[in-house]
Amino acid sequence: MTRYISPARLQRLGMLGMNCRNVRYISRYNDRANYPLVDNKLKTKLLAEDLGVATPRLRLVVRTQHEISDLGRRLAGLEGFAIKPAKGSGGKGILVIAGRDGEQFRRPSGATLTLAELQRHLSNILAGLYSLGGTPDLAIVEDLIQPDPAFADYSFQGVPDIRIILFRGYPVMAMLRLATRASNAKANLHQGALGVGLDLASGQALNAVQFGRPIRIHPDTGADLLGLQVANWEDLLQLAARCYELAGLGYMGADLVVDAVRGPLLLELNARPGLAIQVANGMGLLPRLQHLEARRRLHHSPAARVAYAIHAFRRRDLPAPATTVSGASAQQATAPAAGPADDRADRPIDRPVRQQVGQLVGQPADRVTDAAG
Amino acid sequence: MNQPPSDPPDPAADAEPRSWLSPALRAQLPFYVGVLLLTLVGITLAWVRHIELGIPWFPGAERPVWLVEARVDFIATGSPVLASLDLPSQPPGFRIVSEQATSPGYGFAIVDEQGNRRGEWSKRSADGPQTLFYKVQFVPVRPGEDNDVPAGDQPTPRARPVFWEEPEATAAEQLIAAAYARSSTPESLTRELIKLLAPETADQNAALLLAESDRATLLTRLLNSAEVPARLARGLALQDARRRQSLRTFVEVWADGRWLTFDPRTGQLGLPKDVLLWQRVGSSLLDVTGGLESDVRFAMLRQTVPALQLARADWQGAGLALFSLYQLPIEEQGMFRVLLLLPLGALVVAFMRIIVGVRTSGTFMPVLIAVAFLQTSLLPGLIAFVTVVGAGLLLRGYLSALNLLLVARIATLILIVIFITSAISVLGYHLGFNTGLTMSIFPTVILAWTIERMSILWEEEGAHEVMVQGGGSLLVAVLAYAIMQAPLASHLTFNFPELHLVVLALILLIGRYTGYRLSELRRFRAMADYE
Repeated sequence: MTRYISPARLQRLGMLGMNCRNVRYISRYNDRANYPLVDNKLKTKLLAEDLGVATPRLRLVVRTQHEISDLGRRLAGLEGFAIKPAKGSGGKGILVIAGRDGEQFRRPSGATLTLAELQRHLSNILAGLYSLGGTPDLAIVEDLIQPDPAFADYSFQGVPDIRIILFRGYPVMAMLRLATRASNAKANLHQGALGVGLDLASGQALNAVQFGRPIRIHPDTGADLLGLQVANWEDLLQLAARCYELAGLGYMGADLVVDAVRGPLLLELNARPGLAIQVANGMGLLPRLQHLEARRRLHHSPAARVAYAIHAFRRRDLPAPATTVSGASAQQATAPAAGPADDRADRPIDRPVRQQVGQLVGQPADRVTDAAG
Repeated sequence: MNQPPSDPPDPAADAEPRSWLSPALRAQLPFYVGVLLLTLVGITLAWVRHIELGIPWFPGAERPVWLVEARVDFIATGSPVLASLDLPSQPPGFRIVSEQATSPGYGFAIVDEQGNRRGEWSKRSADGPQTLFYKVQFVPVRPGEDNDVPAGDQPTPRARPVFWEEPEATAAEQLIAAAYARSSTPESLTRELIKLLAPETADQNAALLLAESDRATLLTRLLNSAEVPARLARGLALQDARRRQSLRTFVEVWADGRWLTFDPRTGQLGLPKDVLLWQRVGSSLLDVTGGLESDVRFAMLRQTVPALQLARADWQGAGLALFSLYQLPIEEQGMFRVLLLLPLGALVVAFMRIIVGVRTSGTFMPVLIAVAFLQTSLLPGLIAFVTVVGAGLLLRGYLSALNLLLVARIATLILIVIFITSAISVLGYHLGFNTGLTMSIFPTVILAWTIERMSILWEEEGAHEVMVQGGGSLLVAVLAYAIMQAPLASHLTFNFPELHLVVLALILLIGRYTGYRLSELRRFRAMADYE
């Protein structure tokens, strides 16, 4: 791999740079008045519930230091939960409790915490240790997300999440983030989580990167990342598209998870989504953004926007998973083939189909030449 | 990085014809015009001040200066002494920069008698040989900024009445008539008279008149008789390191509303180069009452002085000088010197973060560190900074265990930083490094925040990220220091504060830069595989 890439090539690839993102998209399309909505997870959550956007269930809000002393009683009855700072960014300060060992709280890694340690963590959150600019914060306690077994082979411990970039309400690019041992089971790309670019039309894996370098096999589980296909993809897109009505930001990122029981849930919104999604997808954002900027009339309903995005941003160079199916109809055609036809739950596409996809996709070398062509 | 980032390839827009001025660019035109205006105003103002006030562009610029010393000797007779020497005022082609008189025991004053400046030394009683000095510095005036009083401002002088005795009266009359017949203007009359008086061509009349007085005085008298205002002027030929020089006599003739200088020996019009007209108005060069055998001699020396110093000496009263920071008290000037350097540091930060993409800890922390480096000089400053932050990070580790609230933790860190800096200062003093290591310069609160941020960074992102951001901050700080400590930078920012408009324009331009950062060329390098 070359050490540097020329700006002319980046431009040909339509890569969006940090400066361009800030000047042309964030400052032009994002109204600052709406930032508090997305920078505060509690506000996002309450608003999302009002608008019928599903989020992990809120169990507890801790606003003041004295509420912390009462923590043990208030957590009674909660088996697994996640503690989050409302204004945290980049996953900072999130503490996941998978279950209990008697008096102790057990983390997904198996380590245990005492109640006092939990209380100290909450106290740090309230003091603003994890918030932007160190401002005082509050902590929210949410239901634990039940990992979708479909991703079990692809993620090391943590729950994978799906980042979808929305521009003027249209989904324009998507990426699945998978935790690795290197990333401490966090889905944080800086720390070594995997970024898997997803075809916007089908939810099918296009390409994967770790630390900005292409990768094919999950370093911890050994799964072939290119064989991955996200089930019920269109539902995820619909959920993401509804966030535009929620936050009113023209350029934003929506982080979604798939709960084994409740289906797609909105985790958080981001007014300044990062640029690594382009490397994960192996393509730049600019052509898609400019395509939408050039549109005079926009679709009003989220469903229409999703349909348009699927139509406009389909990867035509992608080998179709099967001869007859492509694009939005992919899961509808493949899911019944894999499981019971009436099962609308978040049942993944079963292994045989995934393998089939992987086989069809073939060698990475083929993919590269295809993509280049 | 330099192509306009306006038209990336867009499959949808491929069909449209592209003009060099895209619509997006046209919408931004007012912005770019504003930036251009700022730049122009800044540079023009600086240029005008450079021309008008002579502020040099470069800190080391020097200009030649003539130091002339007039030495007056006489023998006092024991009675009250008053020595009066004609002093130059506004000599054409030169400007007086400074003057002073040295003469022990004498009172000295400069008096102005109808445009004639005279220096007067006075003493109640003096005996024996006396020596008085008058020193003056002249700077040659560049062509175009001649400070000679414009013609319109001078009252037209009248020809002085001249009294001739016989037989000189007849001789003069005949000479004037002869010259008058062969001339048409005051200049040509002067030239003809000089010719008639020249030794080779002198006739009886000329010989008679020349026997009575010297040529220059005679010429002035003849011209005034012919109703042409004329006067004697005395000039000094400037040659480096000459002593015991006397003044040469010239004749100034009023013609066409201005004084023309003639050399009475050659008839040459105009003042020779490097001749300083010392005396133009008064009748006598030196008058001494209470002394005998008075004499005045001149010595001169060519010097160079800093052009800036020269310009400052000239500023008094000039309109443009109102904008000068030199009018502030010295203490505030020192403060402003640093303050006016800050925009350069801010420019460096903007450039490094937006164009290069260096990650720093705290946006403008590097500038403050660079300012501290200005006081401590680079190496001691770097060592001190790394020591304080390193020690602070170690102690901050213990603070983590104490489980303090954020504000209390920062407050504790401020105390720790102060302890460490005092310890380093005392230690440095005992080791003999007290000169450069003025630790108190470092911004304590900023250091405390830096330590806190780096510590959190360490816990959350690992040591690597701390090194990246800490190294980035130091790199930017050193770069900002390198630019801010350049003598040219401090000279330009302080003497031409209007140049900050140009800095502002640059920062605005950087703020609208939408191209790739240099670091993104590496960050996105994997994209090379997908093209």
